[in-house]
Amino acid sequence: MQAKRTVFPNKILPYFLLLPQLAVTLIFFIWPALQAVKSSFEREDPFGFRTTFVWFENYRRLFIDPLYLSSVGKTAIFAFSVTLLSMSLSLILAVAVNRVLRTNRLYTTLLVWPYAVAPVVVGILWWFMFNPNIGIAPYLLRGLGISWNHRVDGVDAMILVIIAASWKQISYNFLFFVAGLQSVPNSLIEAAAIDGAGPFKRFWTIVFPLLAPTTFFLLIVNINYAMFDTFGIIDATTQGGPAQATNTLVYKVYSDGFIGLNIGSSSAQSVVLMIIVIALTAIQFRYVERRIQY
Amino acid sequence: MFKKALCLSVGLAALAASTPAFAQTEIAWWHAMDAELGKKLEEIATGFNESQDEFKVVPTYKGGYAETLTAAIAAFRANEQPAIVQVFEVGTGTMMAAKGAVYPVYQLMQENGEPWDPSGFLAPVTGYYSDTDGNILSMPFNSSTPIMYYNKDVFEKAGLDPETPPKTWAELETMGRQIVESGAAPCALSSAWITWIQTENLSALHDKPFGTLENGFGGLGTEFVFNDELQVRHWDNLKKWSDEGLFQYGGPAGGADAGPKFYSQECAIFMNSSAGRAGVINNAKDFEVGFAPLPYYDDVIDEPKNSIIGGATLWTLNGKDPEVYRGVAKFFTYLSQPEVQAEWHQFTGYLPITNAAYELGQQQDYYAQNPGSDIAIQQITRGTPTANSKGVRFGNLTQVRAVVDEEFEALLAGSKTAQEALDSAVERGNQILRDFEAANQ
Repeated sequence: MQAKRTVFPNKILPYFLLLPQLAVTLIFFIWPALQAVKSSFEREDPFGFRTTFVWFENYRRLFIDPLYLSSVGKTAIFAFSVTLLSMSLSLILAVAVNRVLRTNRLYTTLLVWPYAVAPVVVGILWWFMFNPNIGIAPYLLRGLGISWNHRVDGVDAMILVIIAASWKQISYNFLFFVAGLQSVPNSLIEAAAIDGAGPFKRFWTIVFPLLAPTTFFLLIVNINYAMFDTFGIIDATTQGGPAQATNTLVYKVYSDGFIGLNIGSSSAQSVVLMIIVIALTAIQFRYVERRIQY
Repeated sequence: MFKKALCLSVGLAALAASTPAFAQTEIAWWHAMDAELGKKLEEIATGFNESQDEFKVVPTYKGGYAETLTAAIAAFRANEQPAIVQVFEVGTGTMMAAKGAVYPVYQLMQENGEPWDPSGFLAPVTGYYSDTDGNILSMPFNSSTPIMYYNKDVFEKAGLDPETPPKTWAELETMGRQIVESGAAPCALSSAWITWIQTENLSALHDKPFGTLENGFGGLGTEFVFNDELQVRHWDNLKKWSDEGLFQYGGPAGGADAGPKFYSQECAIFMNSSAGRAGVINNAKDFEVGFAPLPYYDDVIDEPKNSIIGGATLWTLNGKDPEVYRGVAKFFTYLSQPEVQAEWHQFTGYLPITNAAYELGQQQDYYAQNPGSDIAIQQITRGTPTANSKGVRFGNLTQVRAVVDEEFEALLAGSKTAQEALDSAVERGNQILRDFEAANQ
């Protein structure tokens, strides 16, 4: 039958079929991004009546602003800590679940739950537990002689957002690690066991290296998550405070643009963020796509 | 399948038939009132809708004040703006500068043949919301001023007279120490709105300028000057009291944690907007609440000046049908009625906007029956307002307030002294003012 040959004689039809996807990309991604680039070179009143082209003034101001530079530092600390904490915890959990034979489905299901919780709800949850007045955590910490007040203490606030953001991401990492662990051939582990390698030795010399592609993929995803997807958590817990101690780059875009109504500066910041995302994605494609080989 | 579709179309037809034969003009009203205040606001809209059948006011809650303003601006840029938006006093500078976006209320009322008498409003309200030519640009709705709430039970436990709240900051410090040391409460003072109450109002009460050019009323070229002796001294005190445990910080902007500290009897004194009254009465179930004017430094000024206005007004946005504006004008007339105003004022603790509403309350004997309910009115109308006490009007004040909050947090964390924190707040604030000036020229 001729129908089995999937050759389309029509030259226009393929483009026509691609059109919906192209339209969505153009309207919802490319167009707003170009708008942001455009307004990053402008100074405008909030209502958009008067617009002045100011060249690189918004960018120049950003890079001499000590608060912006400190926000870069805060973001780095935050992203690094969230990535490290959530990845190491989820690896431990994944290894533990992988050793349990009968009930591992149950554990897996339970451990995936937090991923279904919306970021703002996560924020509220942790805000509630760590609330200096009514929270359970400060109450318990006071018993240990530690005074907790993330309203005033910037370090406390940073710890709070790191815990909240990591907790949310553990499920995602856990799923990938479990899948990765299951693809490690049992024969290799058994061979090592026969050769007298203990559980720790087996993990570090066999399992961990074989997990490297998964780990590297998760590393990129987690950095991306911590830098760009944690807006809701920060908004619900600390709002970037106290004294900008948890004002990450992405939160600053929001607070300067939507609360402060400074559209020019906010756009310039989002263009900077866009460049960071592009760089991270490029790294991901270059290295992850090739896979790490040992 | 066919049956289902039939059912649906019959249902739709029934729905269509039940709507009145003539179309009501809908008037969108975006507001920022939640909880008790939001319910009351919706009652007002319902009251107006039932009083006539030409127009229907549809109130929509848009989040906090800052979110509501941002939403309205974004909507205006997309040509989807509501007819009426509630904007807090902090946004007044921004709205006044946006001449093309706003339909000034005095013009709206005149052009639609509705009665309009600015002299009927309370003087501080007219003073704050008029432009340089003396015209009121937005409809006064919910105006407030900060007052002091205190826990009478804790005062008594500490051996203090519950009927004599502290008048001055020196008295507050002595009484506060007695409260904490006697174990009556673990903390003496908490405050909402650090910027508005402990900085802007502090300056006004002591007749000190907050910014040049009459606190910004004189033009966009204004600069902040709130890093002077008085403000530094007060912030120093708050830091000292915070270290001693007399004062507890309740968070930036509205200070979300400040109220609960008072309700849970952790802090004996709470400074907040007079509009916190409904919330305070609702939450203070286990103790008796006292109301008092804000304290002052008696070695700086003998007779403190009036406090300044907060709260919000209703702005009419451009770009709607004339028919909508006729409805908005009618709604504003309804809103100014003494009965509507007095009820809103008495329920919420906002100031009575018009003299008539205040007089109605007096006739109803409301203030005698509810001691403390007229503290705010007396405090905001006392003496003759000076250039330093008639209010503050700066562009992008929302951003400036956030900056002041941040610097206050830096002070509490011990990374800056009061002088350094205020200097830095002034410097950063001035940069924001210059940006606003540049964007609006």
